[in-house]
Amino acid sequence: MEFEYAPAPESRSVVDLKPSYGLFIGGEFVDGHGGAFKTISPATEEVLAEVAEADEADVDAAVKAARRAYDRVWSKLSGAERAKYLYRIARIIQERSRELAVAESLDNGKPIKESRDVDVPTVAAHFFYYAGWADKLEYAGLGTDPRPLGVAGQVIPWNFPLLMLAWKVAPALACGNTVVLKPAETTPLTALLFAEICQQADLPAGVVNIVTGAGATGQALVSHPGVDKVAFTGSTEVGKAIARAVAGTDKKVTLELGGKAANIVFDDAPIDQAVEGIVTGIFFNQGHVCCAGSRLLVQESIAEEVLARLKRRMSTLRVGDPLDKNTDIGAINSAEQLARIRELSAVGEAEGADRWSPPCELPDRGFWFPPTLFTDVTQAHRIAREEIFGPVLSVLTFRTPAEAVEKANNTPFGLSAGVWTEKGSRILHVASALRAGVVWANTFNKFDPTSPFGGYQESGYGREGGRHGLAAYLKGGEL
Amino acid sequence: MAAPRIDVRKTYKLYIGGAFPRSESGYSYTALDAKGRFVANAALASRKDARDAVVAARKAFGGWSGRTAYNRAQILYRVAEVLEDRRPQFALAVQQSEGLTPARANAVVDAAVDRLVWYAGWADKLTQVVGNANPVAGPFFNLSTPEPTGVVAVLAPQGSSLLGLVSVLAPVIVTGNTVVLVSSYARPLPAVNLAEVLATSDVPGGVVNILTGDAATVAPWLAAHLDVNAIDLAGVAGDTELATSLEVAAADNLKRVRRAPATEPDWAAAPDLTAMTDFVEIKTVWHPMGV
Amino acid sequence: MPALTSPGATGDLSDVTASDATLRRFLHGLPGVDQVGAEARAASLGTRSIKTTAKAQAIDLAIRMVDLTTLEGQDTPGKVRALASKAMRPDPTDATCPATAAVCVYPDLVGVAKQQLGDSGVNVAAVAAAVPRGRAPLDIKLADTRDAVAAGADEIDMVIDRGAFLTGRYLQVFEEIVAVRGACERPGGGEPAHLKVIFETGELQTYDNVRRASWLAMLAGAHFIKTSTGKVQPAATLPVTLVMLEAVRDYREATGQMVGVKPAGGIRTTKDAVKYLVMVNEVVGADWLDPDWFRFGASTLLNDLLMQRSKLATGRYSGPDYVTID
Repeated sequence: MEFEYAPAPESRSVVDLKPSYGLFIGGEFVDGHGGAFKTISPATEEVLAEVAEADEADVDAAVKAARRAYDRVWSKLSGAERAKYLYRIARIIQERSRELAVAESLDNGKPIKESRDVDVPTVAAHFFYYAGWADKLEYAGLGTDPRPLGVAGQVIPWNFPLLMLAWKVAPALACGNTVVLKPAETTPLTALLFAEICQQADLPAGVVNIVTGAGATGQALVSHPGVDKVAFTGSTEVGKAIARAVAGTDKKVTLELGGKAANIVFDDAPIDQAVEGIVTGIFFNQGHVCCAGSRLLVQESIAEEVLARLKRRMSTLRVGDPLDKNTDIGAINSAEQLARIRELSAVGEAEGADRWSPPCELPDRGFWFPPTLFTDVTQAHRIAREEIFGPVLSVLTFRTPAEAVEKANNTPFGLSAGVWTEKGSRILHVASALRAGVVWANTFNKFDPTSPFGGYQESGYGREGGRHGLAAYLKGGEL
Repeated sequence: MAAPRIDVRKTYKLYIGGAFPRSESGYSYTALDAKGRFVANAALASRKDARDAVVAARKAFGGWSGRTAYNRAQILYRVAEVLEDRRPQFALAVQQSEGLTPARANAVVDAAVDRLVWYAGWADKLTQVVGNANPVAGPFFNLSTPEPTGVVAVLAPQGSSLLGLVSVLAPVIVTGNTVVLVSSYARPLPAVNLAEVLATSDVPGGVVNILTGDAATVAPWLAAHLDVNAIDLAGVAGDTELATSLEVAAADNLKRVRRAPATEPDWAAAPDLTAMTDFVEIKTVWHPMGV
Repeated sequence: MPALTSPGATGDLSDVTASDATLRRFLHGLPGVDQVGAEARAASLGTRSIKTTAKAQAIDLAIRMVDLTTLEGQDTPGKVRALASKAMRPDPTDATCPATAAVCVYPDLVGVAKQQLGDSGVNVAAVAAAVPRGRAPLDIKLADTRDAVAAGADEIDMVIDRGAFLTGRYLQVFEEIVAVRGACERPGGGEPAHLKVIFETGELQTYDNVRRASWLAMLAGAHFIKTSTGKVQPAATLPVTLVMLEAVRDYREATGQMVGVKPAGGIRTTKDAVKYLVMVNEVVGADWLDPDWFRFGASTLLNDLLMQRSKLATGRYSGPDYVTID
């Protein structure tokens, strides 16, 4: 019997968006000096709100507000009192969780089940975790008298807008810094809702400032002389530009950049869970994940079987309305990103790889790309080397563990990797041989506030999360 | 003029397995305020109440220690929230019990709330601070992590009836132990009130069991109990003879003992980690690394 | 990994059961099941939101899949007659409400159930072969089964010998299933009773064991594989059922033969039942969304399905006084 799921849309009424938003500077929403830009729903191309574009003067005002707050209030508070503000924020995020999830799915295009079950709970957990560090910094192993850096300039991407905000803001504040944060131009809304949350928490004015805008705004922020610390998550290209821009300054920098992770499946893997892990690895969040398992390395002896199972599983993925509770894969975040995915996929075909997608009806409006698999891929193909940042998996094979490791490491990136085998000894051996900042064994795309995240090589430097994440925001010793 | 309203007074009971029973002995004792006036009849816990409390604590151990550290952190923070919400009630109890001014009593409650918040944050951090990966000389993955000891008997301080109480309770449960706690004998009210906070803060029944009564009567049974894994002797500070005899009894099954200080310490001072680390076991796992 | 789990490989499975050693080698060569991953997958399927028309469809399908069960020491002919009536007409006020798949009783009450059900289309299932514990000599199990078949049982639910399974005497378990399946034949010919093999997954403990037991039972000719007797906790769970569904899916890939799945025990609400149907839909597909291939072993589930059915029809919540208690 065919069992069709009726539409199960999450209600939009929980989110009350304003027609336009200013900049959040010194505890208030203010008009910017620059123009405004529209943020749209990538699923429908409907305009959600107008948002101010901060220019250099706005960024300067925000940095000054952050400095004032640092000098006059935040650096003078005890860790225990800072902690209480962060706990408040964590609680308000939990209280307003559904609203934040819906706003995130509207603005970003990700399925509501992900924003509801992954993004927003992890955001709250991140604030809880770092709240607890605020009064325990002397135990972090970073010196006996760890001190904040001052004002942090933070630039975050559009793939996990609120979660990346949490990864940046929570440790910065816990360590006693104040922040100016620039959300991505296609996904500013949850950062602006977060500004309201800071107001509800009575966070002292200027401790958190949010400046919306595009690349120029971000550039103004990271190169502002009043910024003591730069934290960036985004493309490797921009990361390198930032590294150049801060050269010769005292600014401390952490960069969390691109990746091309290998997901290695050995012939003794728990096969059904491995297939799930491959799917989670590349199709979670439409593949807009820097640590996505975009290169499947499967042992030749089981390649055929794994691919058959993977294709069958991909055929059950539900692509469509991000607000439908049964959607597995939502919209591509922007027309620009869609064009990039299409371009690289065309290159894959042109280079001779075999392309496959399950039959899948895509909506007429908005930005969509079906879950896609490339087989007959070799290390030389661009789709095996470049980050596609979309729901596109390249499949390669290997014969021995040494070959798997060699291929996995044959990339300028080094953010993450996956290993699938029932043999514990092999997991640990392969994990130690992989040049990647995070290795998942018999699982993939797992995140926890206690667990440090960050890359080797061109995937960036510094770690976010865990005890190690504190080092990015303190002086008095680094690990 | 209306007749004065007669207040409804609360019955002070024990807290065992999430319920509030009277002592099975049927005994009670009079709790007086700092000026010697009658405050309440508190339940006088017996040997059998202690036994029941150990059973309840053991039953709760698997579930509590199996919770995620994040969940235990959330629950301890919830305890702090609810305690803060009942600030006037606790300030009055501290004022009565310890004879403090209202301002000092409020400060004690504030410190107790802050102490709970401090420990709540440790739930998912202690492992990161006292556990570690060990670079053994060989192809082995080697990881050491702290795990809760088990059922811990805690003799709460006799003097500091709230801040001292919270300071010995929170560090034991935050790591996943369950507790049988004997309150201050002369100042039991804050402990009974705290039981009511715990019962309404998502702390599972049996994780904390609170007995009001005389440590000198009940503690020897707890110290000798073979299903108790550790004991904190804070409540017999200064009583060297009793403390030594309890330590001797505890040796029968090698309970971990947190010794009684010579005099009751200043609980307002910032604590160190030992209140937690005294009640954890370090477990080290070896695993080969090879293809 | 055994070649026969590969898609397209059609199994000559006769070698597998040639000896204890070959059977053991085969079962232990099946791919492992990672507990955390399997449970996460089951939980994720459990978050599907089934509304309006899909829910109505699911409720009627679930009713048609119920093996309405009574397995109590205090069962009487009166109780069984009442249950059989309920199975045929679960909602006496609504003729559109479908009948359940079967009633499930102890062997001594098969005749009573059969008489009551007549040619209604509702089957009689008998737990036989010394269910629930299954601790009886083989000849007694076989006699128990033959009695139930002779009394008219359409389906036989047996339980494997968990002691033998857990000590690795797989061939003994296999041969016992084969023997009971033989006892399901009707002496005068005709369609044999269908055999459901219960694993008592709560006692097998690991998902690896559940996968091995599934293959063992399918190799021995089970028509259905079933989680639990309902007398041991935990009974049916979503992840256990997931592993069993994966096994029947892989078995069809290997042999072309379909085997049914029956979670039993602990499924009490419509919400639970719908989660199972979602899992069937997404793991093995529409072919199994049929009472011939998927069943719920349950007693209280039916009334919750009826109350939810009434809620969908009337728009208000129903209460237990508005459904019958048999």
